[in-house]
Amino acid sequence: MSAISRDDVAHLASLARIELTEQELNDYAGQLDVILTAVASISEVAADDIPPTTHAVPVVNVFRDDVVTPSLDRDSVLDHAPAAEDGRFRVPRILDEE
Amino acid sequence: MSDLIHASAVELAAQIANKTVSAIEVTQAHLDRIAEVDGRVNAFLHVDADGALEQARAVDHAVASGQALSPLAGVPLALKDVLTQTGVPTTAGSKILEGWRPPYDATVVERLRDAGVVILGKTNMDEFAMGSSTENSAYGPTHNPWDLERIPGGSSGGSAAAVSAYEAPLAIGTDTGGSIRQPAAVTGIVGAKPTYGAVSRYGLVAFSSSLDQAGPFARTVVDTALLHSVIAGHDPRDSTSIKEPVPDVVGAAKSADVSNMRIGVVRELSGEGYQPGVQARFDEAVELLRAQGAEIVEISCPSFTYALGAYYLIAPSECSSNLARFDAMRFGLRTDDNGELSAEDVMRHTRAAGFGPEVKRRIILGTYALSSGYYDAYYGQAQKVRTLITRDFEAAWASVDVLISPTTPTEPFRIGERVNDPVAMYKADLCTLPSSLYGGPAISVPIGLGDENLPVGLQVMAPVMADDQVYRVAGAVEKALAQQWGGLLLDQAVAL
Repeated sequence: MSAISRDDVAHLASLARIELTEQELNDYAGQLDVILTAVASISEVAADDIPPTTHAVPVVNVFRDDVVTPSLDRDSVLDHAPAAEDGRFRVPRILDEE
Repeated sequence: MSDLIHASAVELAAQIANKTVSAIEVTQAHLDRIAEVDGRVNAFLHVDADGALEQARAVDHAVASGQALSPLAGVPLALKDVLTQTGVPTTAGSKILEGWRPPYDATVVERLRDAGVVILGKTNMDEFAMGSSTENSAYGPTHNPWDLERIPGGSSGGSAAAVSAYEAPLAIGTDTGGSIRQPAAVTGIVGAKPTYGAVSRYGLVAFSSSLDQAGPFARTVVDTALLHSVIAGHDPRDSTSIKEPVPDVVGAAKSADVSNMRIGVVRELSGEGYQPGVQARFDEAVELLRAQGAEIVEISCPSFTYALGAYYLIAPSECSSNLARFDAMRFGLRTDDNGELSAEDVMRHTRAAGFGPEVKRRIILGTYALSSGYYDAYYGQAQKVRTLITRDFEAAWASVDVLISPTTPTEPFRIGERVNDPVAMYKADLCTLPSSLYGGPAISVPIGLGDENLPVGLQVMAPVMADDQVYRVAGAVEKALAQQWGGLLLDQAVAL
């Protein structure tokens, strides 16, 4: 298992959409390395033929009846949006100017 | 009046039902207690006095008109701030949700209301339930009522402290890797993680969806079981909810009969890293159970050694995915939306400002464990280890009914002691992680004081949907120790 560098942390933070400061990049690189070393013991376990467990209690394909039920009231949802306009969420621009 | 805050939920409900006292008086006594001590404890993030008194008034009306009451009607409760309650602030201990008032009730909240339980307010927690000390709250740490310099455990530290400081006889917490059991142990009260899927997750702010489970805290085993039976049961709004009857946890707690039960002591959950006082109290509890007719067997669960590694890959992986919903677009915080920055940059700035250090650390760790090239070695391998841990439990059930261990390796540490050492912090969950990964029920019950005169808990773990068994054993331990002590462990705490 490989060590994690400051540049790795910057890349991961970018994927996770979190702006990190220089201080945070340095701190996390060191700490994540320690954490990964602590969890690395699991690689010792011979588990090639072991199936993965994704959920504690296996459940598949849970359906409900196809009946229309009321949704949340629109105004009560938009009341707590950071910005709303004309009964919709208002968001910053998602496309470039051109 | 102060007797009202020391009474059990069972006693309060009986007094309210027979009109010895009104639900309003009971609620007011607890609101007064919160006003008196919470400045020092910081268990609550929000106290909903008006809402609580209104709920209490409704119970008093029901009593006056002779309506049938639920067994907990009129009893006050503290709710972990990770469950939504319509119109009441819900922060999950994070700045990113500051000021958010959810437009809907969690299923747990709906069930509490239906049972006439009075919700006093929302309790402090590690941000998004990520932590073992409640120090990761964006709103300051909660203090352990036994010693205000110590942590109350986490992540449900506010709920545990509220119950142990007599601010509420009941509380709801959530447990992902030990976040109910560990705080219960270090504050000297009872806390249970039900079987995964027994309690609906609808309205529970998600951290690690395959592990998160809400559950009860109280000062006695029977009170804990009563609250368990109120909140458990199938809910079509949670696709992982189990469609089976809730086991008779209240009957089991009352019976407290362990004669002819086979109880396994987990060999791997002892030894190096366990405080001598913790081990001594545990060994005494084992002898108490033997004296009551239980057969004690040592059981080896070799894969438990890898639970910490598997958990701290699986939980951060799921968290990195779940917390993507905090995107500054639909609810919660939005910063630097100045008309210049793009939606993506606003998202980056908002998440930088809104998330605390541990949450960022886990999101980045999870992003790493899930990224291509590392997935098989980390997340994939962790899921395989999870299978092996489950197999250890299933092998154990061939020879024993329950497994027991200390709930935590140590007594509560000092506030600030482990904040800069994430791995030391994670080790507080060493004993509670295996049954979280397996999904079975587990409880913590007080068994005495350790080397530093602070509480020690016993953990009881049982097969999936055998929640009644953990209450049976916890009830037996509580009963035997009550005879020795002449009451509860909490009676030995110095009054606040």
